[in-house]
Amino acid sequence: MSTLVLDSASRWFGNVVAVNDVSLTIGPGVTGLLGPNGAGKTTLMAMMSGFLAPSAGHVTLDGKPVWRNTETYRQIGLVPERELSFGYLTGRQFVRANADLHRLPDASAATERILQVVDMVEPASRRLDTYSKGMRQRIKIAAALVHDPAVLLLDEPFNGVDPRQRMHLMDLLRRLGDEGRTVLFSSHILEEVERLARHIEVVVSGRHAASGDFGAIRRLMTDRPVQYAVQSSDNRTLAAALMAQESVRAVSLLGDHLDVQVGDLGRFAVDLPGLARQHDVTLFELSPSDESLESVFAYLVAR
Amino acid sequence: MNGTIAKLALQALLGRRRFFLLLAFPVLLIGLVALVTALVDGEAAYEVLPNLGYPLILPLVAILAASSVLGPEVDDGSIVYLLSKPVNRYGIAFSKWLVALGATLAAGALPILVAALVTGDSTRATALFVGAVVAGTAYSALFLAISAVTRHAVIASLMFVLIWESLLGNLFSGIAWLSIGQWGLRIGHEISAELPDPANLGYAIVVSLAVTVVGVWFAGDRLRSFSLRGED
Repeated sequence: MSTLVLDSASRWFGNVVAVNDVSLTIGPGVTGLLGPNGAGKTTLMAMMSGFLAPSAGHVTLDGKPVWRNTETYRQIGLVPERELSFGYLTGRQFVRANADLHRLPDASAATERILQVVDMVEPASRRLDTYSKGMRQRIKIAAALVHDPAVLLLDEPFNGVDPRQRMHLMDLLRRLGDEGRTVLFSSHILEEVERLARHIEVVVSGRHAASGDFGAIRRLMTDRPVQYAVQSSDNRTLAAALMAQESVRAVSLLGDHLDVQVGDLGRFAVDLPGLARQHDVTLFELSPSDESLESVFAYLVAR
Repeated sequence: MNGTIAKLALQALLGRRRFFLLLAFPVLLIGLVALVTALVDGEAAYEVLPNLGYPLILPLVAILAASSVLGPEVDDGSIVYLLSKPVNRYGIAFSKWLVALGATLAAGALPILVAALVTGDSTRATALFVGAVVAGTAYSALFLAISAVTRHAVIASLMFVLIWESLLGNLFSGIAWLSIGQWGLRIGHEISAELPDPANLGYAIVVSLAVTVVGVWFAGDRLRSFSLRGED
């Protein structure tokens, strides 16, 4: 059982702040690190795996700093987002080299065991450059797990992996978490994180935006006010009627459409058609104007 | 020394197309010297060695070897697969240097010996070989250190050889004190007086050794602080 702790960790590159005063504690079980692209997930991962010095604050594993501490890799298994460039090795040779670098007493047995765990025994004698994306991802995980580490860090492990392989990877990570290992993976897709992690940490623009159980995070994200653009046969009449509704917070007339801010999404969806019919207004178009993930995250930060 | 790292470095060296370039240099050098010996005589052919083989081909081979064992992995970041292991960083640098050194001696120094023997005088050949071994050792360590700090290691190393050692070295004799090639020649001079005597012997031995040790140590230290940057 190992615990990874970030204590007010920051990292900047010149004038650009990539990670801003993040404090996190990651314990046993599967944790998802969620955030849009460019939010600082890779920088955080690099700091947690000892491949980047924090500009301020501390990053420790079981109380010991990870930067410039070669010994921490006995406990950490790292699956970088970086592609494998050892195309001239077979899968088995690559995993075996990792086992040898850890000086495992029975490197050969450990290699075969872990190839079985990731279900890569059959293609293991082929060269890495013949593998599909999902196979490369699994061989990377095998290489990271061969020394049976207490902590597994994975940077965007599902990127570019087809759905079937993704299911398989998720089952594997879930099993590792159930065994009491500390498993942390990063992703920019909420659905992906939600399906796998009990605990979610959200980072946006380098800041720690939210932390907690996936249900709580989901609620935060869906209960936020949403903006809709509405086009109808009589915008002004509709605006007046909408304003009388509890679920609507604000309405503005903008040229040929209405901008509606909705507080209660469910109510609004149920009420709108009836309201339109009642006032004899025809709805032409209804579209959410800020449904992008970035706006979801922006809301979490502003909250 | 780490056997696994050395094995991987060797595979990286042999598994890339650069290897054929590495092979082409000695073949060209020996072929050229043999050709001139056959057409003119050994003395004329020997001139190829101090003017082309030693000052140019030897360091080029060292650049290719040193940058092949470390450069690509640092460039594309895949060295994290080796570094995320409880392996001493200086050991990694040392193992990689040994492989680069082996390649430099095999494809740089040894062909110089063979070519020099083709031209006749074996004392002169031994002297040039000893010089090439010394210079090859220091070159491979220096270029390994350069590969560990910059993505433009090949360019930086070429600048050192072409501009500093060759161009400026020919213009200003004082540069001999800061030129790896000249140190090697000075040590070879002890065996055959046909080699020039550009600096003090004790100095040449000490600085050659210092560049080698500091180069490898520095490469290891850079690996200890290797940072992974995001794509952006």
